[in-house]
Amino acid sequence: MTDPQLGVDSVDQQMFLLDGHEVAFRPGDTNLADARRGGHYIPHLSWHPDLGAHGSCRLCTVRVNGRSAAACAMQAVAGLDVQSNTEELNVQRKTLLQMLFVEGNHFCPSCEKSGNCRLQATAYDLGMLSPHFEEFYPDRPVDASHPDLLLDLNRCILCGLCVRASQLLDGKHVFAIGGHGTQSHLLVDSPSGQLKDSAVAASDHAVDSCPVGVILHKRRGFVVPIGQRRFDLKPVSQQVEEDSP
Amino acid sequence: MKPMTAGFEALLERHHRQPDRLVQILRELQAQQHWLPRASLMAVADALRLPLAHVEGVVGFYRFLHCQPVGAYRVLFSDNITDRMQGSEALMQGLCALLRVEPKVVRADGRVSVAVTSCIGLGDQGPSALINHHRVVTRLTPGRIQQMAELIEHQVPVDAWPEEWQQVDDQIRLADVLLGPQPAPGDGIVAALARGPQAMLDELKRSKLRGRGGAGYATATKWQQCRETHAPMRYVVCNADEGEPGTFKDRVLLNRYAETVFEGMTIAALVVGAQRGLMYLRGEYRYLLDALEGVLARRRRQGWLGVAVQGHAGFDFDIDIHVGAGAYVCGEESALIESLEGKRGTPRIRPPFPVERGYLDQPTTVNNVETFCAVVQIAVHGGAWWAGIGTPQSTGTKIHSVSGDCDRPGLYEYPLGTRIGRILEDCGAHDTQAVQVGGPSGVCLSASEFGRRIGFEDVPTAGAFMVFSRARDMFDVACNFAQFFAHESCGFCTPCRVGTELVVRRLDKIKRGYGSSEDIQVLYELDKLMHGTTHCGLGAAACNPLHDTIAKFRPAYERHLQSLHFAPGFDMDAELSQARRATGRDDRGAHLETLA
Repeated sequence: MTDPQLGVDSVDQQMFLLDGHEVAFRPGDTNLADARRGGHYIPHLSWHPDLGAHGSCRLCTVRVNGRSAAACAMQAVAGLDVQSNTEELNVQRKTLLQMLFVEGNHFCPSCEKSGNCRLQATAYDLGMLSPHFEEFYPDRPVDASHPDLLLDLNRCILCGLCVRASQLLDGKHVFAIGGHGTQSHLLVDSPSGQLKDSAVAASDHAVDSCPVGVILHKRRGFVVPIGQRRFDLKPVSQQVEEDSP
Repeated sequence: MKPMTAGFEALLERHHRQPDRLVQILRELQAQQHWLPRASLMAVADALRLPLAHVEGVVGFYRFLHCQPVGAYRVLFSDNITDRMQGSEALMQGLCALLRVEPKVVRADGRVSVAVTSCIGLGDQGPSALINHHRVVTRLTPGRIQQMAELIEHQVPVDAWPEEWQQVDDQIRLADVLLGPQPAPGDGIVAALARGPQAMLDELKRSKLRGRGGAGYATATKWQQCRETHAPMRYVVCNADEGEPGTFKDRVLLNRYAETVFEGMTIAALVVGAQRGLMYLRGEYRYLLDALEGVLARRRRQGWLGVAVQGHAGFDFDIDIHVGAGAYVCGEESALIESLEGKRGTPRIRPPFPVERGYLDQPTTVNNVETFCAVVQIAVHGGAWWAGIGTPQSTGTKIHSVSGDCDRPGLYEYPLGTRIGRILEDCGAHDTQAVQVGGPSGVCLSASEFGRRIGFEDVPTAGAFMVFSRARDMFDVACNFAQFFAHESCGFCTPCRVGTELVVRRLDKIKRGYGSSEDIQVLYELDKLMHGTTHCGLGAAACNPLHDTIAKFRPAYERHLQSLHFAPGFDMDAELSQARRATGRDDRGAHLETLA
């Protein structure tokens, strides 16, 4: 997704500091959006440049003037001193990733999203070597009802990107979040609750917004061989400009 | 979907088919038919023009809305630590045995289901239970349980159960200004109108009143921010979602002094320029609703609410009551507003704060029940008078809900700055080991800290005061609070959703006798992580009791540890039992401990 204003320089740009680098910001934009525009990577899973602030994964938590804040939900002011790429914050991020891994059923070797998965790529990038915590092994359903799409909730990280993409980009309401606590889960808007009876189309933005392997196109799982996929080629932290799922 | 009945149509009409009334519509519909089958959700979605998944998502969020069958009788035992200390667990087991039903499972004939729920605000007269999300039974005893089982078996309607069971006492043990004689209805409004909005705000500033809900934000600042916005509508919201376990002061204020609470809301409306007020009454307090509606009707008749309040042209204000549906997180003001709008009670990103963009995106001031009561006192007696009570930083009085190990549980009101020890002496606490001030998200104080004082500069509190004698295991207290937070996590953000569950699992591991000091280290890590990364205060506070109890009562944890080194989460020797059976061996070499 292109940003028409990317690279346009205004004379009196306001700046804040991100890990000691000066970053220009647009009033009203979030820290994470500003950072991305300036080519700086802040880890994130539940944020997308076209889908506004959400703040659920908490991976983008940064330190601002000694306090914690989610970069995706915070607006910059001139002179703000933001720390993101620090040992302490990266350890914290690794723990958040481990939480997401044990909460769902993530078996990377058998997942067709492997190499294109932002969860996996971020875990590699931050050096996560083990799940650390006990696995929850939740019992979650797979919905294979749709002719062209597969919905595997085992891998859902509740980022809400598909919910927002369906509403904001597709003008539909195909997805919603249900339940609470660890029982939170993705819902499909249809009388049967199944994808085949919903308004989804394989071409929907919502389908491609999934950062993990929940919403998948059928029969295209291995069109690009493992090893040649997006995050196989370059770590996620070095793909800031292409930052869209 | 076709509308189901005439009753359903009337219900929709009563709520003007407004999507923001969704939680109310679902609550009332469920009250008619026990639970909400998918066909009901489809009918509601259709009538309100909402996506079905949205309606389903809302139902799934609230603990008191059910899209799976529940019993015709739903008995929910209050599960705060103080209820457990009064024997609630054994009573619940007793009822389940008598009714031949498993906890959380509907009996095969659909007659009854029994489960636990978070504190229902009756800690001073427990153990207590909530029946059909509407009635309460206080002071449960084995005798009452026996009788309750019989009433359920004979299908006696809850309304016909013994009246004394539903008796809820105010138990005001020590009254100061807020719990003492109230100004006559209207006195506060008359005083505020005589001053005018700006002068009333100035009076509030002079009083230095800070919010009584826990966060302690200056009330005058909040109202001024709301007043200074430019917007077509402004709202005053009373947060009566008293969910912090061990707190029950608002229940008493609403039961006894509702006039004062509504009067405080009306003064707020005058100051901020609001036309509409909303009271968010927690679902557990549903039994107070009819009386509260009665007070509102009376105030309308007397001209204290409605068009041109007391003949003041342009001062139009009225109040609606919204009943919650079982979600602690809705006590957080932005989650409360989401819930008022008929959505899942997920806290919003802040800023913008509700004073800028709140209910229906309009400026909204959300204040606690007790805060509104204080406002009326300040309107009548003046800000300087209020500021003369308490300490310079913490003015006025505070009501404490005292429960746990003491002779005289109930409400105690003191000027801020009062010593913890003084409260313990007054309530008749003996041999006290610890006090949990402000509920699970507050602070746990050990005996060496009883000289500390209640107040924003030392021990702030939202009102809970739970006393634990030396006979109590503080590890059990920590376990109960951890279960509470895991149960009440909204599930939105990773650290709270997963973290609260991981804490429960670790504590459970220790409790089962498989704990090691490594587990305590992991608990420390989780505490640190959740303090810095969660979306709202619930997750940030979720590890407070853990942190305090490990730091102050570490021996209580170590007593449960199997080893001070690593221990696995399962019994390895037991895991070998199948292999022993298969090989027919049971000698020393087939057991881990005796393996040479």
